[in-house]
Amino acid sequence: MAPEFVKVGKHNIDAKEYLAPGHTFCTGCGEALAIRLVCKALGENTIIGMATGCDEVCTSPLPVTSWRLPWLHTLFENAAAEVSGMEAGLKAMMRKGKAPQRDIKFVAMAGDGGTSDIGLQALSGALERGHDFLYVCWDNEAYMNTGIQRSSATPYGASTTTAPAGKLSMGQQTQKKNMVEICVAHEIPYAATACPSYPFDLMNKIKKAVEIKGPAYVHVFVPCPTGWRTPSNQTIEIGKLAVETGVFPLYEVENGRYRLNVDPPKLKPVEQYLKPQGRFRHLSPGEISEIQERVTEGYARLKEKATSFPAG
Amino acid sequence: MSKRVVLEASHAVAEAVKMADVDVVAAYPITPQTHIPERLAEMVADGELDAAYIPVESEHSAMSTALGAAAVGARAFTTTAGQGLELMHEPVYIAASHRYPIVMAVCNRALSAPISIWCDHSDVMSCRDTGWIQVFCQNNQESFDMTLWAFRVGEDPSVMFPVMVNLDGFTLSHVTEPLLLPDQADADRFLPKYEYRLALKPEAPTSHGGFGLPDIYTEVKFAQEVALRGSRAVLDKGWKEFADIFGREYKAVETYKADGAKTLLVTMGSLGETAKMVVDSKREKGEAVGHLNLRLWRPFPFADFREAVKGVDTLVVLDRCFSFGGPGGPVCSELRAALFDMDKRPKVVGFIGGIGGREIDAETFAYMIDRGKEIAEKGSEYLYEPVLVRGLERGTGVRG
Ligand SMILES: Cc1ncc(C[n+]2csc(CCOP(=O)(O)OP(=O)(O)O)c2C)c(N)n1
Ligand code: SF4
Ligand SMILES: [Mg+2]
Repeated sequence: MAPEFVKVGKHNIDAKEYLAPGHTFCTGCGEALAIRLVCKALGENTIIGMATGCDEVCTSPLPVTSWRLPWLHTLFENAAAEVSGMEAGLKAMMRKGKAPQRDIKFVAMAGDGGTSDIGLQALSGALERGHDFLYVCWDNEAYMNTGIQRSSATPYGASTTTAPAGKLSMGQQTQKKNMVEICVAHEIPYAATACPSYPFDLMNKIKKAVEIKGPAYVHVFVPCPTGWRTPSNQTIEIGKLAVETGVFPLYEVENGRYRLNVDPPKLKPVEQYLKPQGRFRHLSPGEISEIQERVTEGYARLKEKATSFPAG
Repeated sequence: MSKRVVLEASHAVAEAVKMADVDVVAAYPITPQTHIPERLAEMVADGELDAAYIPVESEHSAMSTALGAAAVGARAFTTTAGQGLELMHEPVYIAASHRYPIVMAVCNRALSAPISIWCDHSDVMSCRDTGWIQVFCQNNQESFDMTLWAFRVGEDPSVMFPVMVNLDGFTLSHVTEPLLLPDQADADRFLPKYEYRLALKPEAPTSHGGFGLPDIYTEVKFAQEVALRGSRAVLDKGWKEFADIFGREYKAVETYKADGAKTLLVTMGSLGETAKMVVDSKREKGEAVGHLNLRLWRPFPFADFREAVKGVDTLVVLDRCFSFGGPGGPVCSELRAALFDMDKRPKVVGFIGGIGGREIDAETFAYMIDRGKEIAEKGSEYLYEPVLVRGLERGTGVRG
């Protein structure tokens, strides 16, 4: 990391917009908001490689583009591989005098499906090879672009179009895959969770992640009013509730050492988070308390790590 | 000045990649391609080649990594075979659609199942319509020459397409024989520095890979089709410049002892060498037989092919790939389509053989020529005849 880290705050936020207006994200889309903030944190010396998903489809209908940063999209499952090529390629060209020397941030962006399912292999390969890049996952907990199908990041109990709640099913029957831990297991220097409901926390994590040499991973929780069946003016609130209930804790892992960034003295009951969302509406009180137990336990385990292996 | 060396064809490809001074090699090992990435990794490890060697975790990522490298303007190379080409099929299609001049050597290998590491052309045929420029090599010298040529023509500003250099797995990739290596100065004279005008760069941001609604998709794809066909003049110019500098001549369609020939044996790839030997012995016996080597598979050289077969009565075509349930081998059906509108056209007789590494020897080629002439005279109830299938009598084939 650079010797002195200048935090992003109210007074030094990049006023430039890198995501031009005219994109087609739904009203109240958490992913759109996160992209806007993340790009501000990255600044203009950035090259982006993006997977197929809402982020790509909503920003690039030919022949126009919403991108004011250099941007590449090719496929659904290969963002980490294509950014590996950008990073290695441009660095080789700089070394050989074929391109001007400068500090460029290489950033891969993909949804939870493009990350935790179909793109997991490419991501693992790129992390293991140690490319100097940042991978950002937009986690809206399903395949939204194709119509709210379940992914391995869909939480237990959520109803989606391919794991619907019905007479015999409570919806998703599996637990959410823990992408941050999977990345930490690759022993990369930096991994973190974030959410646009906490904009400065998000931007500072992104800034830190790209300033660190080597691979970094930031998992961004992005409420999706369309897929979660929430009012479009509740996106920020839902994100906050996810953090305040312990459903989606904000933390970072630097060289294997943990730091909880928001640690409320007392977690709110998960019911407060589940209730406003249509995708959880069918859950019985018994199922809600089962979810509560898991969340409580998961949060305690995370706190234990933050205590036993604290970051600086 | 060139120097005479003795090299395996795979290593000849690696030498060409080195002389092209590539910036990125991204590859995943698969028999019989392994000697190419191994040699390149060694060159990088020894400082002979200043490039990023990226040992990716799959062929899908090999091509995807090459796409990323190409997008920022790097000269990128990858190589694969058989199952690897199948796994990377999706990004292969992107490379041509994005007009990234990536070069890929394919050591042609049969497809599973059953799994086979040996040669046929099933792998490349599944990539026929991906939009790549596709050439075939017959020997080690050609493997070197076509690889260097691939960078030259693919990167030409009026072309900007990826190029696939096919060499038969094992029967060419693993053959060691003498060839001429040019010196670096001549290679540089032939292959100028590469500059990609639309490279992704912060000072002039561009977007690559937007999505195409129905109101624009057709135009985008038609533009690609026009551009690929339009590249042909530059492919020829590249071979002409190559001949001027290195003295070796190549053409999209190459004929051997075709003057006055009434029958032409048509092959693609390294079997052309055996086929030419058979033509020699037939000619000695006074038979009017020649050979046609199809070097350029895409864009298909229609005019050259029609010109080359003028006055010929019979074409005997060998395919190294089944087109299950289809019209016969893919090369044969292509040639038939190319000739269909000609007023006077040769009879096209199709054979399929050399599948999964089965050798086609001189005797079999001689048989194919004889049988081809017989069919041309008497007609046949078959779409094509497979050769060297145990239990299948010669002269029997597959009905349509
Ligand atoms: C190989 C392949 N399989 C499937 C698809 C269809 N597809 C496109 S986007 C998508 C889901 C994207 O989900 P996610 O990554 O979570 O992004 P989101 O749209 O939710 O932001 C799917 C299934 C595809 N484009 N390519
Ligand atoms: S479906 Fe969800 S993620 Fe996609 S644009 Fe709409 S709100 Fe955003
Ligand atoms: Mg998603």
